[in-house]
Amino acid sequence: MLMVLGIVLGVVIGVLPGLGGANGVAILLPLTFSMDPTSAIIMLTSIYWGALFGGAITSILFNIPGEPWSVATTFDGHPMAQRGKADEALVGAFTSSFVGAIFAVILITFLAPVIAKFALRFGPAEFFAVQFLTFASFLGMGRGSAFKTLASMCLGFALASVGLDGVTGTLRLTFGYDELLNGFKFLVAVIGLFGIGEILSSMEEGLSFRGAAAKLKMDAVIRTWRQLPKMGFTFLRSCIVGAWMGITPGGATPASFMGYGLAKRFSKNGRNFGKGELEGVVAPETAAHAAGTAAMLPMLTLGIPGSPTAAVLLGGLLIWGLQPGPLLFVEQKEFVWGLIASMYMGNLVGLVIVLTCVPLFAAILRVPFSIVAPAIVVVCAIGAYTVNNSMFDVWMMLVFGVMGYFFTKLGYPLPPLVLALVLGDQAESSFRQAMLSSQGDVTIFWHNWLSGSIMTLGVILALWPLVSMLFNKKGDDAARAAA
Amino acid sequence: MSDITEPRKDDDEPALVSHRTADIVVACLFLVASAIVIKDATRLGFSWRPNEGPAPGYFPFYIAVVMAISSAINLARAVISKAEADETLTTKTGVLRMSAIFVPALIYVFATSYIGIYVASAIYIAAFMYFFGKFPIWKSLAVALGISGVSFVMFEIWFLVPLPKGPIEAAFGF
Repeated sequence: MLMVLGIVLGVVIGVLPGLGGANGVAILLPLTFSMDPTSAIIMLTSIYWGALFGGAITSILFNIPGEPWSVATTFDGHPMAQRGKADEALVGAFTSSFVGAIFAVILITFLAPVIAKFALRFGPAEFFAVQFLTFASFLGMGRGSAFKTLASMCLGFALASVGLDGVTGTLRLTFGYDELLNGFKFLVAVIGLFGIGEILSSMEEGLSFRGAAAKLKMDAVIRTWRQLPKMGFTFLRSCIVGAWMGITPGGATPASFMGYGLAKRFSKNGRNFGKGELEGVVAPETAAHAAGTAAMLPMLTLGIPGSPTAAVLLGGLLIWGLQPGPLLFVEQKEFVWGLIASMYMGNLVGLVIVLTCVPLFAAILRVPFSIVAPAIVVVCAIGAYTVNNSMFDVWMMLVFGVMGYFFTKLGYPLPPLVLALVLGDQAESSFRQAMLSSQGDVTIFWHNWLSGSIMTLGVILALWPLVSMLFNKKGDDAARAAA
Repeated sequence: MSDITEPRKDDDEPALVSHRTADIVVACLFLVASAIVIKDATRLGFSWRPNEGPAPGYFPFYIAVVMAISSAINLARAVISKAEADETLTTKTGVLRMSAIFVPALIYVFATSYIGIYVASAIYIAAFMYFFGKFPIWKSLAVALGISGVSFVMFEIWFLVPLPKGPIEAAFGF
């Protein structure tokens, strides 16, 4: 019962932009103090699963990612909705989330201690290597102009560096404005770039979401499931990427981007990605959920939270007097296995709940555009406001909206910008920490096989467009004309 | 004015802004942004500091340099490109349609600071539905009040997230 309640709450939280899984769990944490630890953690993890599912809904329907990790889902999910396949995209997203999560849970069940040790090997150099690889994969795999990708990514980094510098505590790029002290928040940018930008383009086209309002068929679930077995490799690849990123802990957001990038690179349908390919929904969702679930592992075994939400859950554990770490498995067996069991059950129940609601969600698209458009603006404004409780963010959201519109029109890709904004701070601080520990020696990134191989792969990917440009100048021009 | 949310039929309307012009302007803005970042980074210092590692300006400085280089290439490409000059970025109707949602949105955000987000949202939605969606006024009001009401209950009462409120909410004791 608690589980159902938790999941429904979680879906609501996931759908509302600005209220993320971490916030949701934090807000509801006090409610669970009166419960015993096992039911409390079941409730909280259920909210977490719900939020993971919920983030996909708005991404697909309105191109507004409710959660950072659903940004990659919008790339193909929203085009699918525009082509009248919203129901298939939703079913695909939910199912693949489920597969990813279950994969990670199985991993946790059997490999917890072994993996925990592996996670300890990750220092700043390894972190930077992973982040570098994520960025490089955009340069290497992106379509269109590599220089526009690069410019857009750098702008993201620049925006990320605004505010308090995490390493030395100096103020950067604030020019004396107090509002800039906290820097640009990722969610504000995303809500503006994707949400408001999308509204502007839809208004310009005048087409509204009419294409999205296709006939609803109740057999969407079966129809979609029939297509899924063909994507076995995509599933497996995303599961592995996700689980690895969750444990290391890279988190669900880079995992979803990597899952998408890899699928785009290796899939037979890779060329159609971005135009509404089911595989493009499946890949990031599977990876994000595998990562989101796997993030619980380092939290339980080492007390290192793999994601912001896991960090809040960790706080909860401590409040209940449970000390996470290797001893938790010995001393609080009941609790740990209760939690693991709840992961299986929670995902299963969650899948059933969201699947039965697919027609309901898809029906939202049949609401006339002149209602939906202002309503989305309102929801976006609320979302932007709640991030920091400041009106300044709402204004920024409008600015980002205009920016998003022009960038999309001119072929500047938005995903690299967003990704740089999310990971910029982390990447910068791990780079600087690594540099500090090596006293400025760049070879620290190749000091062991782990970070070395990741870095090498990243460098190859980053230089890929340059190489292919030299070999094939015509092809590049054609690609640009097509974009 | 006809219903501007209708799909447009005449695609060969004269362009208001060509693709190329916009490309050049955006590339220039990128250059300006790089210049601002570089200026602040030089203030912070971008060299190596003993026992402190790279100075705070280090990362932004090189990022901005890369950004400047790639935008310069984008700019050059846009200037040479003949194909883009003929491409239409947007038309007059397009801009009109966009301002139909964007200008009210500006007023809406401005109004939020004074009358609170709930009242402003209700007015915004109702006005948009009435003027652009051609809905009867009672329908517009019902939908607008419904959305505002639901969000009020959800944020203020269930999740206890305070949003900007104005005199009307204060009258009800919130």
